[in-house]
Amino acid sequence: MNKNITIQVCMGTGGIAAGGLEVLDAFESLMKEKNIPAEFKKECSMHKVGCRGLCARDVLVDVIADNRRTIYQYIKPEMVERIVDEHVVGGNPVSEWQVDEDYHKFHEKQVKVVLSDCGNIDPEDINAYMAVDGYKAVEKVFTSMTPEEVIDMMKKSGLRGRGGAGFPTGVKWEACRKAEASQKYIICNADEGDPGAFMDRAVIEGNPHAVIEGMVIGAYAIGASKGYVYIRAEYPLAVERLKKAIKDAKERGFLGKNIFGKGFDFDIKIKLGAGAFVCGEETALIASIEGQRGMPRAKPPFPVHRGLWGKPTVINNVETLANIPYIIKKGHEWFSSYGTEKSKGTKVFALTGKVKNTGLIEVPMGITLREIIYDIGGGIEGGKALKAVQTGGPSGGCITPDMLDINVDYESLAKVGSIVGSGGMIALDEDDCMVNVAKYFLQFTQSESCGKCVPCRIGTKRLLEIMDRITKGSGRQGDIELLEKLSSDIKAASLCGLGQTAPNPVLSTIKYFREEYEAHLQGKCPAKACREMLTYHIIEEFCKGCGACLRACPAGAITGEKKKPHKIAPEICIKCGACFDVCKFKAVGKE
Amino acid sequence: MKKLKVTIDGKTIEVPENTTVLDAARMLDIQIPTLCHHPKLTPFGGCRLCIVEIKGIPRPVTSCTTPVSDGMEVTTSSPQIEDLRKTVLELILSDHPNDCMVCEKAGDCTLQELAYFYGIRENRFGGERRVYAKRDGNPFIERDMEKCILCGRCVKVCDEVQGVGAIDFTYRGFKSKICPPYEKDLNCEFCGQCVAVCPTGALTGKQWSLRGRQKDIKEIDTTCPYCGTGCNITLHVRRNEVVRITSREDTWNEGWLCVKGRFGYKFINSPDRLKKPLIRIKDRSNSLNDIFREASWDEALDYIATRLNEIKSKHGADAIGGLSSARCTNEENYLFQKLMRAAVGTNNVDHCARL
Repeated sequence: MNKNITIQVCMGTGGIAAGGLEVLDAFESLMKEKNIPAEFKKECSMHKVGCRGLCARDVLVDVIADNRRTIYQYIKPEMVERIVDEHVVGGNPVSEWQVDEDYHKFHEKQVKVVLSDCGNIDPEDINAYMAVDGYKAVEKVFTSMTPEEVIDMMKKSGLRGRGGAGFPTGVKWEACRKAEASQKYIICNADEGDPGAFMDRAVIEGNPHAVIEGMVIGAYAIGASKGYVYIRAEYPLAVERLKKAIKDAKERGFLGKNIFGKGFDFDIKIKLGAGAFVCGEETALIASIEGQRGMPRAKPPFPVHRGLWGKPTVINNVETLANIPYIIKKGHEWFSSYGTEKSKGTKVFALTGKVKNTGLIEVPMGITLREIIYDIGGGIEGGKALKAVQTGGPSGGCITPDMLDINVDYESLAKVGSIVGSGGMIALDEDDCMVNVAKYFLQFTQSESCGKCVPCRIGTKRLLEIMDRITKGSGRQGDIELLEKLSSDIKAASLCGLGQTAPNPVLSTIKYFREEYEAHLQGKCPAKACREMLTYHIIEEFCKGCGACLRACPAGAITGEKKKPHKIAPEICIKCGACFDVCKFKAVGKE
Repeated sequence: MKKLKVTIDGKTIEVPENTTVLDAARMLDIQIPTLCHHPKLTPFGGCRLCIVEIKGIPRPVTSCTTPVSDGMEVTTSSPQIEDLRKTVLELILSDHPNDCMVCEKAGDCTLQELAYFYGIRENRFGGERRVYAKRDGNPFIERDMEKCILCGRCVKVCDEVQGVGAIDFTYRGFKSKICPPYEKDLNCEFCGQCVAVCPTGALTGKQWSLRGRQKDIKEIDTTCPYCGTGCNITLHVRRNEVVRITSREDTWNEGWLCVKGRFGYKFINSPDRLKKPLIRIKDRSNSLNDIFREASWDEALDYIATRLNEIKSKHGADAIGGLSSARCTNEENYLFQKLMRAAVGTNNVDHCARL
């Protein structure tokens, strides 16, 4: 019989969406129902854990018996009985449901700091966090360090803001510490808005106490008695777990009055954002907390001098804050042993796109892009060729395959015209049209522009219109040059980071894939992704006359008798691609 | 107060702390184009026309929002800056009706003026224009949102000066728009401060429509007759008709007016307007109906004096009371109470604002 059994069910948003709650229920009810000896039941604990990265394989279930961890993937409630019977009770793991080599490869090159406890501890249980030395950093800071020493440690660690700009955290704290005011604030920026980015969400869902602990330390360092977490209302699970964590931390005295008897008060409020991308910009975020429309204002003055309600304010990203307890506990030397000369520590990326293993990864700064795409990501799906890696989301740029050996850090990515940003990383293959990719991001930034400044509000709209006509085959000669000119003017003249970086996807794709733009001007989309530029036809020798395309065509453009090759009437065809998607014989061609 | 030294386009000036680069430049009589800036409102930094180069700062910054720091060196015009300004103007005009020929504001429009000085005839950035079908049904303020350049001055004046907050920015991106809550018709106190600060033809007075453009107008400075505040107003007169009222920024009321002062001038040319004194007499054929007879001022004043004397001698001075008007100036009210106390001999004097 096994001893000390722990069953962990992944219950991040991805896990829950894949049925994590039902799986956990199944375990619980089976343990109750089945005739399992009492002493065994006592030994067996079940709990939920946060995201561990490889969301594509959810629901992931760990069974830890005799200190041996077995990880199951793609678990559904009906599979639970066999696991309980054979593994939990019988002691024989169900081998065919265990994770494969890819799962281990996915984790091998990762270094987990921020995510180290995510996926291992129950995020809703403060005891679980404290069992892994949680709140020990706060204790250390309050009992043995001055605020100046904390700031000094941050500076020495080399920690830089993980929200995208990479500003040194210690320097920011120091500026706020030195600002004289009756009241100061610390804000956790959890308004994660980049399409495809979900690292902050995963951190708060998986280990909310680490963020709170980071905030308490930051508050102590700068002398703030009030803190806010500005979090998107679209993250209900994260909000719920954060609320509970704040309540629990308050009960244990890590928040509230007179923390550790040192006469220092600190409390945290949650402010829900309404899903405006621009509210991730710090001055817009402040305006939003103040009850104003989230619109940025010009800097200087910077928030560390005049922030929330006009008082000195530090705004740190979730991931930045979650790093802090670990730096305090393990020392700045440990932290700065990871990374490159100017970019220290690790960074969490949301790896998506055409790689085999998509999910959340944490890697040391300076890892090569090749290692991320081919070792962690497992290479490109379907054996296709990698075309580019887009990093930094709508503010970022593209990196081409010949640059795959660059180090992933703030400086190296900036050098090739991209950014680390908040950590989105999208692998694109030969089927992706770069013009279309840039247009996608531009659509996003244009609709999320706050409307305050002209270059961003109207400029990005004009950019988008030009991109739109290019992808629809009605681009004009001179459009590429116009895009470049307008892009550089928008970057130079916009008020905030949103406008200043919005043209990056356009500029970067023009820089590396100019020939693709030129092909579009000549009426061809080389990736065959821009539907308006394609013509569909039936390849007679492959067509079996099954009629699937005929039934799928919404425009009635396809005709043909059964078992004889069909035909597409180009003048009726609306180029929706339904026939192409539905044909099993690859008999629909597009050019 | 600490003085800071700043050099703008080679000219040096000392300015107090917290002076913006724009204000410092204006002190030196250096022109920097602006659209969203208004001297009485907090800086906005939205139009981006006032961008300047500052030594040591890698990117252009808006002079309206940047405070001067000691030793700062500013360049207000360079080929790159002028190029950016031109792009910004072209972008604004690409989303503007450009119907200056029929626009109420033509000749008095900051955007038109800038387009002229920057010689914008061609526009590289033609594209979709915001089209709004609905016009506001309120009685005073014409809101033509297609002409709105979202400079935010109206929002700020409503919030910061008037304290009303009737309008704000709504929507995002290209569709951003300034409007009252839920896009309802404007239902505020109609002070029209927003109209006064609008740099384009987006906000105008409804009753100004087709009454004449600014170039044909004679401006006459006077005092608003509506209340004892006595705001300085400027009558815009065309062919002996008041077609618009504004107030100058350098007056004691700083150019701000209320709905009455700004829009309540129709009585001036009203046929019902009382221009001569009337004396009430009894209608012999109908005791319920009084007749008003036109009289000269001499006759009317003699009549009043006679009647007051009669009442005073018969019933005593305290049988008489005087009520003054809030529309009178302080001086007029002073004289009126003097008349009641010294000439009539009663303290029965009051004022309509107390009723």
